[in-house]
Amino acid sequence: MNTWSWGYVGDILPDLLKGLGVTVEATLLGSLVSFALGLVWALALRSPSRWVAWPVGAVVEFVRNTPLLVQLFFLFFVLPSWGLTFSPLVTGVIGLGLHYSTYTAEVYRAGIDGVPAGQWEAAVALNLPRRRTWTAVILPQALRRVVPALGNYVIAMFKDTPMLAAITVGDMLFQANTIGATTFDYMEPITVVGVLFIVISYPTSLLLRALERRLVR
Amino acid sequence: MTGALWELFFKGVWITVQLTVYSAALAAAVAFGVGIARTSRLRVVRFLSGAYVEIFRGTSALVLMFWLFFALPLLGWQLAGVWAGTLALGLSYGAYGSEVVRGALGAVAPAQREAAIALSFTPWQRMRKVFLSQALPEMMPPFTNLLIELLKCTALASLLSIGELTFEAKLARLSTGESAQVYGIILVLYFVIAFVVTRIMRLAERRAKASVGRAPEISGGLFSRTPAVTGTAAPAAGGGKP
Repeated sequence: MNTWSWGYVGDILPDLLKGLGVTVEATLLGSLVSFALGLVWALALRSPSRWVAWPVGAVVEFVRNTPLLVQLFFLFFVLPSWGLTFSPLVTGVIGLGLHYSTYTAEVYRAGIDGVPAGQWEAAVALNLPRRRTWTAVILPQALRRVVPALGNYVIAMFKDTPMLAAITVGDMLFQANTIGATTFDYMEPITVVGVLFIVISYPTSLLLRALERRLVR
Repeated sequence: MTGALWELFFKGVWITVQLTVYSAALAAAVAFGVGIARTSRLRVVRFLSGAYVEIFRGTSALVLMFWLFFALPLLGWQLAGVWAGTLALGLSYGAYGSEVVRGALGAVAPAQREAAIALSFTPWQRMRKVFLSQALPEMMPPFTNLLIELLKCTALASLLSIGELTFEAKLARLSTGESAQVYGIILVLYFVIAFVVTRIMRLAERRAKASVGRAPEISGGLFSRTPAVTGTAAPAAGGGKP
């Protein structure tokens, strides 16, 4: 069969890099959604009211234990019938963000639990209102601890974005498939996509390890 | 929802379970093989196994699956869809699992090793009777998490037209047009499978702990995973899910 052709790689690289742009965009937007939603879940799970904590816990467990791909299909096919029509990319970002928020919620929970009890007691002793206790004492200390763990989920999410190709988002895998379908040569496009994933995610994980050593002592 | 559709779904569940079991078996073999290799005294073995882990954790399981299915045939090996799926999932989750194995082996007290040497155990006996038997209970909770992730990832195989649950759902959606109902039902089916898997793994964990004479920890909640650890113990490398 044919051998590896660098000329072909050069021809398809612009399209793949365009796909990379979409992949990165989806990852960054999805991360923002998951960071925000995850914090909401984490705080709701600590709610003293069982009527808040229990349903949120059930939803979080359900979303975390079911496949992202099926959730994406659900959003993609069902939201329009409810009158909510989004572009595939926005649907994908919602899906990624929602799915990973159930993981980041755990991260925040661990971060908040990791704040020493003395900090809570000091806040009570200083008669800080509930809101100030959270915003000025607990969260600043908790968030510092969770940064590396959140970063790990960003990398995990980055590696899950190829699933968006299944709902017609023009990410790297989608581009590679489109190219392969026209040229009948999948070797170069898919290999380049795989290598690009390693080239980006490995240095990022090294960076996170370094960051972790600085932030968490 | 007619009976025929339910039949379709249960057929899908069966294929999903098979895919999960096969890939988990491959992943376990890879995880122990590579995980033990990473504790080797030989630098070249450590380097090769480390490279394997970084490569397979660094790339996306779906891209690997597509590569095995679409690109590998161009080199002359045509894999059936099920095997491309199993191989991709087994190899990537094996890489994640090997980190668990390495971590748990590293956590066994050094005195255990010295004692085993003093008793003149062979290296193989040392690994099997001293290290693995003590490390296994530690591995069970992270393995449970990985197994659930693996189960969720089998949905990717539907993109290779393997007739597992997600693929059958696609067929059902095309024939009935009831997207919400179809995808709602299979999400619940996945959740049920995940729940059963968690329960089975909980039992296995209990047995593993009992075999080294430790009482099982009492944990609440339906799923109650090991918490995502922050701080030095976090699974930083490669950005794996815990």
